[in-house]
Amino acid sequence: MNRSSFFSGIRAQLPILLGVAPFGMIYGVLARSAGLPPEIAQAMSSIVFAGSSQFIGTTLFRESAPFVVIVLTTFVVNLRHALYSASLAPYVESLSIRWKILMAYLLTDEGYAVGIARYQQLPPNENVGSPHYYYLGSAMALWTTWQLSTAIGVFFGAQVPASWGLDFALPITFIAIMIPALADRPSALAAVVAAVVALAAHDLNYKLGLIIAALSGIVAGLIAERFTPRRVEKVE
Amino acid sequence: MWFTILSMGVVTFLIRLSFIIAWGKFEMPPLVRRSLRYVPPAVLSAIILPELLRPNSLPIDFSLGNARWIAGLVAALIAWRTRNALLTILIGMIVFWIISLVVK
Repeated sequence: MNRSSFFSGIRAQLPILLGVAPFGMIYGVLARSAGLPPEIAQAMSSIVFAGSSQFIGTTLFRESAPFVVIVLTTFVVNLRHALYSASLAPYVESLSIRWKILMAYLLTDEGYAVGIARYQQLPPNENVGSPHYYYLGSAMALWTTWQLSTAIGVFFGAQVPASWGLDFALPITFIAIMIPALADRPSALAAVVAAVVALAAHDLNYKLGLIIAALSGIVAGLIAERFTPRRVEKVE
Repeated sequence: MWFTILSMGVVTFLIRLSFIIAWGKFEMPPLVRRSLRYVPPAVLSAIILPELLRPNSLPIDFSLGNARWIAGLVAALIAWRTRNALLTILIGMIVFWIISLVVK
């Protein structure tokens, strides 16, 4: 049961990996061209394991930004993970501390999105064992892909031309994750409001615009909920 | 450099661990519980749309010369109709490449 959940988690993540791998390679390439030594570039992927903050970190390293700036920026850029953490928390409440640490270390945009979709199919108290293995499978597949694609990018350095537009693979991947998850009108409204605010606030530094946009979207969803007749949660 | 990277890692890890650990130690207000449902659509679309319409923080570009939003729209339609992630990513990238080639 656990084993098969682990593997279906991996399977669910496979298409997403197609979009993540080019992104990891681009990171590797950028880190090398920013002057990071190969072992530092690779270590950042395994220690930090957070795409967007690694990109920004790389840029800051190139500009010789001070330590405090780099760490604070990392904090702000990854603040959205606190929302993921809160969202997963009720489902993993009963797990051991070791599980929680492992899950937190592996918590990324893609790992969260695939995992939460599984958890939400079940009420919080009825998921014993298997959905956690599902999450683990999908997150480990992601982790492995990120390390390997970083290594490939680091290895090939500046030989991948920017004209391939590989960086576009990431927003496309997020579209593939998000659209099927828009289950009802409040969710759709949350997405639309967040998008509009994100576009308007995009010039704010350090992804602050992203945080503000996400919060606006969440508030919009809550307001819309009041005007939408309550639907029975879909259980597949 | 190593110390900086380790600190980045610790900060990121603590953010990710925060609520997972703290949950159950205190009562979460029901409003917070309900609002968590909207985290995935809100965060994801706030990441996606600027990538499509404002690459490199340029002003909003709705022109046909911007391959990103057109490819994004096509991908969104495919994701909506098929719910197939693989198909969405493949066709989205192919449309993006074709338009980029034509526009250039």
